Amino acid sequence: MLAQMPLRTSVSALALLVLGGIAFAQAADIRIACYSDGNECPATKTLAERFMKDNPDIHIQIDEMPYKSILESVPVQLAAGNGPDIARVSDFSQVVPYQLDLTPYLKDAAYWEKAYGPVLDWMRAGPEDKGIYGLMTQLTVSAPIVNKTLFDQAGVPVPAKGATWDDWAAAALKVAKATKTPFGMAWDRSGARFAGPAISEGAKYFYAAGHPPVVDDGYKTMAAKWVKWNQDGTVDKDVWVATGGGYRDAFEEFANGKIAVYLSGSWQLARLQKQIGDGFEWVVGSAPCGPAACTGMPGGAGFVAFKGTKSPKEVAKFLDYLAQPAVYGEWMVMTSNLPANVELQKQKLDYKLSPAGSAAMSMFQENATTLTPLAYKLQGSQLSRPMFNATVDRISQAIAGQITLDQAYDRITADVADAAAAKAKK
Amino acid sequence: MTVSNPNIATSGAARVFGRLYGAVMNLPERPMRWAQAALPDGRLGWLFVGPNLLIFGIFTFLPIVIDFYYSGTGGTNLLPTDRPWVGPENFASLLDCKNYLDPNSCVRDQFWYAIWNTAEFVVLQVSLMLVFSLITALVLNRKIIGRGFFRAAFFYPVLLSPVVVALIWKWVLQRDGVLNAAFIAGGLDPVDWLLNARSAFGWTVFVSIWAHMGFYTLILLAGLQAIPADIYEAAAMDAAPPFRVFRRITLPLLMPSVLVVLVLGLIRAVQIFDEVYVLTGGGPGSATTYLVEFIYNTGFSSQVRQYGLAAAASLLLAGVLLVLTLIQLRGMRGKGDTRG
Repeated sequence: MLAQMPLRTSVSALALLVLGGIAFAQAADIRIACYSDGNECPATKTLAERFMKDNPDIHIQIDEMPYKSILESVPVQLAAGNGPDIARVSDFSQVVPYQLDLTPYLKDAAYWEKAYGPVLDWMRAGPEDKGIYGLMTQLTVSAPIVNKTLFDQAGVPVPAKGATWDDWAAAALKVAKATKTPFGMAWDRSGARFAGPAISEGAKYFYAAGHPPVVDDGYKTMAAKWVKWNQDGTVDKDVWVATGGGYRDAFEEFANGKIAVYLSGSWQLARLQKQIGDGFEWVVGSAPCGPAACTGMPGGAGFVAFKGTKSPKEVAKFLDYLAQPAVYGEWMVMTSNLPANVELQKQKLDYKLSPAGSAAMSMFQENATTLTPLAYKLQGSQLSRPMFNATVDRISQAIAGQITLDQAYDRITADVADAAAAKAKK
Repeated sequence: MTVSNPNIATSGAARVFGRLYGAVMNLPERPMRWAQAALPDGRLGWLFVGPNLLIFGIFTFLPIVIDFYYSGTGGTNLLPTDRPWVGPENFASLLDCKNYLDPNSCVRDQFWYAIWNTAEFVVLQVSLMLVFSLITALVLNRKIIGRGFFRAAFFYPVLLSPVVVALIWKWVLQRDGVLNAAFIAGGLDPVDWLLNARSAFGWTVFVSIWAHMGFYTLILLAGLQAIPADIYEAAAMDAAPPFRVFRRITLPLLMPSVLVVLVLGLIRAVQIFDEVYVLTGGGPGSATTYLVEFIYNTGFSSQVRQYGLAAAASLLLAGVLLVLTLIQLRGMRGKGDTRG
């Protein structure tokens, strides 16, 4: 057939093929390891497809995987030099050594500092580090989520703004007893969830000199309350005690109407809407108070770029695309997440949520305003995870009756010191 | 129109194939002859075991060497070149205890909880499993109705993945599980089977026995069937009571199989991980945290990954396994000599 074509046409076709091949070979491949709390990965995929249409020389592959895989496998892959170009991570301290500073590749690094300044520190190695390593895919805030139907059935009012954790625990227990619900309350099995109430009780976590001792009077007050609530049936012991190991959320218990109050956070909004819908009336409460503050914990996940990428320019280009206000705002609306972008936080995003979802989003936004600077600092600390893990492990042991609370405090201090020493060894 | 003879065609093709096959099969002849001449004194064997040794070396021996190296290093970096050498620090840290019987007096209390949990688990699980397997094998060796069905039923759990086993039992034992549903239906209060340290521990032993008993029953059953029937006939003629027959004939002749069950059961029990990890995650507290889970948590699950500590713990575990195996092997050899 080629022989029948005129010579000029054949040569042109061949040249096109060759050039096309070269263009294809030069296309930058970006692999993103992603996990979803709700629909973050599919939403990112939609935006990535749009980005690829405008940038045909860049190909983005989004690999969706479980949260635990990201937590356990990605750092190992990165250490072995075989990691993704970008990953959605919530524990930045684990990937700090492998992060790529995007600053030289960004069109306008000053915009990033201005728009995402408060959370850029979370991805940095320390105060002297000024790099830009990634983009937060959301800002989260922890808060109590309430089964209002159960409260109404019990005739107990939902604790109002300014109510203490004691008020919340007492109300939850009253509701549970009145409605024959197994338990009043549950918190996700997470040291971060514990930290908000502890800070409200006066826990300082950090001290001026050296490593944080973690345990102080405020921390002890909250720990003692938490153990007591677990043991007297106020709290669903199953969540913290029945399972060893790491994180476990209590969403299923809440969704199945087995608890009246659930301490989780804004990242559950998509699930709350999808899984519960109008199965029962659910609302988000104000951040419970203690003598020191009325704070939850900020947090979130971010897309972090890695040094091992062969396409740093393209990686930065994609993240820069996502970071622009219009795209970022659309992304937040698609995923029902609070924006980490300072400007967008001031605007009212049109989330297209159900009435319950809209009310919940407003409450999460309101609770974000009462987050203390200490809560932000703790979230960004390189030692936050060891502190959180030690809290969960040791307080669980105390609840199970394996050790006393005093022994738990000593162990928490020792565990954090041990983790700090291990991290410091070079 | 010519009609070809299919038989002739087939035999022709077969001949061609046969020649090809022969040629391919003869290919190694020359190099083998050369090797035979070049490698005298029976060293040719190395050529045959070489590939296997290479695979063993890369996938078994090398990881052991790496494990030894990691046990002497510290920090949280993964690559060996990035890890500082700390010598025996990890072993010293693991073994630093005021009172070895009280994990709370140890620097690495979780390690010692794991040690004592594992020791208790091994003693209970292996002894109970041996007894139950033996009883089951004795029953299944008799001519009972539905013997084939029961043999299959007892072996069935062995075919299941440990994760499936754990998920099934979690479904049964959790607070809203099948067992509590039965309790509630029977007018009883539900029980927190997996929330109480002792009961959670007991259930891990039970589930492990349930999952593995079939395999050991099968070994004992094979041992029972290998005992010559004429010995039992002679005992019957002497009107020996059944328990004496069991004690004097069955048990001594079954001892080699019992020892195999003991060795395998012991090694497997010390290595317990998957079922318990899915069933309880090591909780409540660290009541069901066994040694392999401690190693896994320390090296791979904890956010500050202490590979050196995990490697040191794994070497201590390997040492224990080695000692147990040698004791068992010595026992087996002793028994063999007696019979011989």
